[in-house]
Amino acid sequence: MQLTELRVRRGQCPVVDGVSLSVAPGEFVGLIGPNGAGKTTLLRAALGLLPYEGHSSLASLPVARRAQSVAFLPQGREIAWPVRVADLVALGRVPHLAGGTSAQDRAAVDLALAQMGLSGFRDRAATELSGGEQARVLIARALAQDTALLLADEPVAGLDPEAQLRCMQVFAGLAGKGRAVVAAIHDLGLAARHCTRLILLDRGRVVADGPPRAVLSPEHLAGVFHVRGHHAETPDGLVFQPTSLLP
Amino acid sequence: MNRVVQRRAMPVTLTLGLLVAALFLASLLVGPAGLGLGESVTALLTGQAEGEGVVLIMREIRLPRAILGVLVGAVLGLSGAAMQGYLRNPLAEPGLIGVSATAALGAVLALQTGLAAVFVLALPLAALAGAALSVLLILGLAGPRGGALALILAGVAISALAGAGTSLALNLSRNPFAVTEIVYWMMGSLADRSMPHVWLGAPFMLAGMAVLLTLGRGLDALTLGEDAAQAMGVRLGRLRWGLILGTALAVGASVSVAGAVGFVGLVVPHVVRPWVGSVPSRLLPASALGGAAMVLAADVAVRLVAPDQDLKLGVLTALVGAPFFLHLIWQMRQVEA
Repeated sequence: MQLTELRVRRGQCPVVDGVSLSVAPGEFVGLIGPNGAGKTTLLRAALGLLPYEGHSSLASLPVARRAQSVAFLPQGREIAWPVRVADLVALGRVPHLAGGTSAQDRAAVDLALAQMGLSGFRDRAATELSGGEQARVLIARALAQDTALLLADEPVAGLDPEAQLRCMQVFAGLAGKGRAVVAAIHDLGLAARHCTRLILLDRGRVVADGPPRAVLSPEHLAGVFHVRGHHAETPDGLVFQPTSLLP
Repeated sequence: MNRVVQRRAMPVTLTLGLLVAALFLASLLVGPAGLGLGESVTALLTGQAEGEGVVLIMREIRLPRAILGVLVGAVLGLSGAAMQGYLRNPLAEPGLIGVSATAALGAVLALQTGLAAVFVLALPLAALAGAALSVLLILGLAGPRGGALALILAGVAISALAGAGTSLALNLSRNPFAVTEIVYWMMGSLADRSMPHVWLGAPFMLAGMAVLLTLGRGLDALTLGEDAAQAMGVRLGRLRWGLILGTALAVGASVSVAGAVGFVGLVVPHVVRPWVGSVPSRLLPASALGGAAMVLAADVAVRLVAPDQDLKLGVLTALVGAPFFLHLIWQMRQVEA
């Protein structure tokens, strides 16, 4: 993914203001920033779902090709009809269906269900599940699309700790296999622990971009989030916890 | 999309198909002429019969009526399912975009001006012209880039305008016979339709259904919302175009030959939805079959319930459909509470 001087205006006011960045295979990028920083708008514009200025390598792809190479998990969790969980996850295969469903499609669905711990839910109606379970189903849908790049807008919001870790590990695993993931995340602790790189967005601009430790510096935390935090290197990796509000 | 469900989905289509076939036969065999079974079938297939009128009744009266029953029902069921899938709203119905109301206005004008009496296809042609006008209006107001809300609001406005035009035509009509005729026509019926009605309506209805049946995959993806569907490669503009065009062709033609048959497009997708696991693409063909079955059954029923009264098809479908609608609202109320 390559974005050059991407700009999105809402009326006169720029919501995303000249963002340039590129994401390479093998990266798990955490997109962080306060509410209203422009994370969702950036992801949607990168896919060409919004009118934008500048250049996005994804939005310039032909629609069908883009759908085969990028999956998107929107922030709004919509499931309109009470379809079976397995059918819903299989929607991720829509961009790949040439005719009927192949063994490869079924394998991708099974794998996605297993990765999100949903194998026991296959035949349940998706709308009857709890909010967090529905969120896992939708993540599995995006995984089943089996793309080189995954854009996820707040994938772990509302998940229980097990599901949060599972989701972050699956995403990190994808990056480890040479795929790339960009996820907008509010939980800085999870982002610090699992992402290979963080991009800090504030008022539509990239404030910092780099390894988690460097991006979550006291200056950035104070300047953007108005909080103080605690870092520690542990055997499990970097641990970060926001600790207090700044006056 | 896995084998288990496909195995379940097939019998639904098959069962509904058999039901439609049985009701089609019933529609051919039930009527005031009281013909025998063997006599009717022979007359229909070979054109030979003892009574002079039997061949005529079978081929010119009952056959077109049964064919139109299948087509009109399939159109209403299918377009209702497509409309609900696109708007992701179970209360959507085929008339929502104003096609039914403008087609009816065209037909009413043909009756009011006496044009309908000049030649047999004048009325359906006027109705088709009305439907075509509504498409131009709705594309001007809501498409091809407008959203779902713009589509609904434009449809409401067009329906209201066409309804007002119909009332005006009734209001200004000096001929009480024309008024009676208009009122009866608007109730919706398949009685006294001829083969020319089939030849005129069928191509539009079949073409419209062919367009609507291609929308399945896009409607499936829309289950996850517009952003997710677009990210999965669905072109929403094209989907909306197909929906408007297919519905206008199919429903416009159906109104032109049968009048406004209400509630089929609303009720049938609801009844069928649980049988196909709620997947929109599987709902489309199943709803088409379900709609055909409902209209055929209702059209047989009006002949059996009140053979001498000319009970109108649209009245019966509304009598069955409206209580179902209330039941639906009741259920929604319980879910929301």
